Amino acid sequence: MPRLSYRKALTRALADEMTRDEAVFLLGEDIRVGASNVTPGLLKRFGPDRVLDTPLSEQAFTSFATGAALAGMRPVVEFQIPSLLFLVFEQIVNHAHKFPMMTGGQCAVPVTYLVPGSGSRTGWAGQHSDHPYSLFAHVGIVTVVPATPADAYGLLVSAIRHDDPVVVFAPAGALEVRDDVDFATLAPVPLGRGMVRRAGDDVTVVAVGHLVHDALAVAEELADQVSVEVFDPRTLYPFDIDALVDSVSRTGRLVVIDDSNRSCGIAAEIITSVLERVPLTAPPRRVTRPDGAVLPFSPALDRAVQPGRAALAAAIHHVTKDCP
Amino acid sequence: MTDADPARLYRTVRLIRRFEERAIALVRSGHIVGGIHPYLGQEGIAAGVCAALGDGDLVTGTHRGHGHVLAKGADPARMMAELCGRETGLNRGRGGSMHAADLSIGVLGANAIVGASPAILTGAVWAHRQRGNPVLGASFFGDGAVNEGMLLEAFNLAALWRVPVLLVCENNGYATTMPVAGAVAGTITGRAEAFGIPAVVVDGQDPEAVRQVTAAAVARMRDGGGPELVEARTYRFDAHHTFEHSVRLDYRPPQEVADGRSRDPVAIQGARLSPADRATIDAEVEATLDAAVAFALAGPEPDPAGALDHLYASGLTGRGGS
Ligand SMILES: Cc1ncc(C[n+]2csc(CCOP(=O)(O)OP(=O)(O)O)c2C)c(N)n1
Repeated sequence: MPRLSYRKALTRALADEMTRDEAVFLLGEDIRVGASNVTPGLLKRFGPDRVLDTPLSEQAFTSFATGAALAGMRPVVEFQIPSLLFLVFEQIVNHAHKFPMMTGGQCAVPVTYLVPGSGSRTGWAGQHSDHPYSLFAHVGIVTVVPATPADAYGLLVSAIRHDDPVVVFAPAGALEVRDDVDFATLAPVPLGRGMVRRAGDDVTVVAVGHLVHDALAVAEELADQVSVEVFDPRTLYPFDIDALVDSVSRTGRLVVIDDSNRSCGIAAEIITSVLERVPLTAPPRRVTRPDGAVLPFSPALDRAVQPGRAALAAAIHHVTKDCP
Repeated sequence: MTDADPARLYRTVRLIRRFEERAIALVRSGHIVGGIHPYLGQEGIAAGVCAALGDGDLVTGTHRGHGHVLAKGADPARMMAELCGRETGLNRGRGGSMHAADLSIGVLGANAIVGASPAILTGAVWAHRQRGNPVLGASFFGDGAVNEGMLLEAFNLAALWRVPVLLVCENNGYATTMPVAGAVAGTITGRAEAFGIPAVVVDGQDPEAVRQVTAAAVARMRDGGGPELVEARTYRFDAHHTFEHSVRLDYRPPQEVADGRSRDPVAIQGARLSPADRATIDAEVEATLDAAVAFALAGPEPDPAGALDHLYASGLTGRGGS
């Protein structure tokens, strides 16, 4: 079976959607040569009118995409680094997201914002290592964080077909993941649908993005001590709370691991949403970046503020052993 | 439709003027909540520009946007209903004064974030043209907007990609209370020229002059030209917004206000008509606005159960707040 990398899955999704729908076009910095390695080859296939290199004008080209969407197109905007989302938060939140409501339903703004390489890229330091998905979930923008190549393909396809703005965070830590995939089985993955990646009985671990792989590894390591269920929400907004409640109703315990900051982060939201509906056997735990984290340069320091396997294992022990 | 008929132009400025006066009265009587930014004194710009555009062309407006929306042809009754927050409004009461939009006639909306809409308009015009629909666009913004970085980014994109958008700067001398001289280094036209965008200054108080300048620019743009900028010099007759009086701001010398008001676009365009023709149009506008106000006030308020209707075009619904 062919090996498909996460990165190539994104490229394939873009190409398939551009083939399927003339209204889909791409814009972003250096995408004609594919500097982030997600769009190589697309210029040759689809031409310069559908693969637009933009000047370094994030705010204008993000709103340009809004305008193009208002005129019936389906733009996909690629951002080279996640911090650029801070620059265009205004354009996405205040305009793209608000247009349908403010016009009383006169329009749709189907733009996809693709962020390949979000989160830490080890050694890229403070301004290149953010993972701001919680912000978008908070304002109510459809926010997806695929963990696997098949999901990267399927969620990006669904994002492009969706009639509202969608931010697709492709974590740097997942880009090199490769899976055996039968290309014929690649298909759209519905937005807002989570899945159990590994069944277990004692505790549910919710893991976001690349951390799904860490959670699976930790679950395997601890297999002789505790039976861990790993839940991958895939979409952070809207969140598949029903599926998670099902899982936690069986395990009675909850740990969330997510690569965003602690205060007002998605982990807090996930835990509260579960607690509103299910009594837990033990107090829940979350493993996140620290409050207000800025990623330090030194790889040792960078790792120290990222949620990792050791902290996850400790949290799992805490909710299972310390609160039997 | 490039409309050089002086009576049509007069009707538009008169309609905007009286719409604004009616709207201010409705603010004072509490029927319009939240206040408005009156366009009084600046009517000639929207009227002149839109008279030179085609029906299929697109416009974006500002927080002071009633004139832009009306001049492009929106129904005054549904517009007034929108200001009154009614279900019968252009935006079903979800947008109000600062977001009034009618996409069916190419009005992508008033936009309350200063300097935000030229980039949106540029994308919309570009997209239409990609699909073989040869439309143009006009984007209105104030003198305050020329200091917003994104506006200048939009100039660059429009020029680089030769997108035919008319950049219409309504220079009324102030951004809220900040005078142009205290805010704009260099010149407004210079901002455009730096991007290779042709720019002209026009007397914004003369609707016909605005129409002519726009018509010339539109002809060049239809011929394949890129963006152009028109700086229309104007004066805002009234306060920045309808609650300014309550905070008693003091920033415009009385003599300056008097001088500004002496150049009234409605009077200037009206002088091009016979008194009889003017009276006929005035009466017709009055009847239209009587009906508009009646329609607005008779419209139902939106059902609170639908407060989040239209939040998502996809039909997504989130969880409730309580
Ligand atoms: C980006 C932004 N900054 C500030 C404001 C608050 N504000 C609303 S209108 C206005 C003045 C705008 O001045 P100008 O562009 O000259 O337009 P005018 O009001 O004179 O028509 C300001 C500061 C805003 N809405 N958006």
